[in-house]
Amino acid sequence: MLHIVNKSPLDRNSLDAVLGTGDGGAILLIEDGVYAATKGNAYEPKLKAAMAKFKIYALQGDLEARGISDRVTDGVAAVDYAGFVDLVADNKTNQSWL
Amino acid sequence: MKFGILVSEGPYTHQASDSAYQFTKAALEKGHEIFRVFFYHDGVNNATRLTTPPQDDRNIVNRWSKLAEQYNLDMVVCVAAAQRRGIVDEGEAKRNGKDATNLAPGFRISGLGQLIEAGIQSDRMVTFGD
Repeated sequence: MLHIVNKSPLDRNSLDAVLGTGDGGAILLIEDGVYAATKGNAYEPKLKAAMAKFKIYALQGDLEARGISDRVTDGVAAVDYAGFVDLVADNKTNQSWL
Repeated sequence: MKFGILVSEGPYTHQASDSAYQFTKAALEKGHEIFRVFFYHDGVNNATRLTTPPQDDRNIVNRWSKLAEQYNLDMVVCVAAAQRRGIVDEGEAKRNGKDATNLAPGFRISGLGQLIEAGIQSDRMVTFGD
């Protein structure tokens, strides 16, 4: 399953909800959700721990728009919109955590 | 693959409408089919042709209309959400005694059944909101 998260974990609890309830799969961080994937941010330890269960992706354009594409947490894969489409196609189900 | 798209946030709010547009465009460019784009809640504000952003800003409404024209997209606006927010086509103007219309080209006003149908007919349904 693909979990799509579009808010920063420092703003909303949607990423927390995914990590607390999801039993694995892929997480795609988009819009302000990409702040979760910056090196040294307060949420980084939780995200790193989650990598045991989830594959983490972040949308490249949204990283660039926020000036943080050069300090993405190790282990997070950046994808463009075509990659976003592939993730949706490759996962049988997806959920936008709004 | 067949995709359905749900947009539930207005333009120029946060980023959902932009994300939905970029996703829809990327899917079409990869050769996928978009069964329908459904605009619900504040998302119906994507469908007013009276939108006039500054010239150096993206025109979110026109961008949807153009994409619809290029790919023959079915873009549906929820009727009840549209009535609440003053999104009106000729039929609705007549029915509700309004003196103007503002539905942008490429959009049509219909009911929630169209969202349900998109969910049933599409291989994947993706929601963009706030």
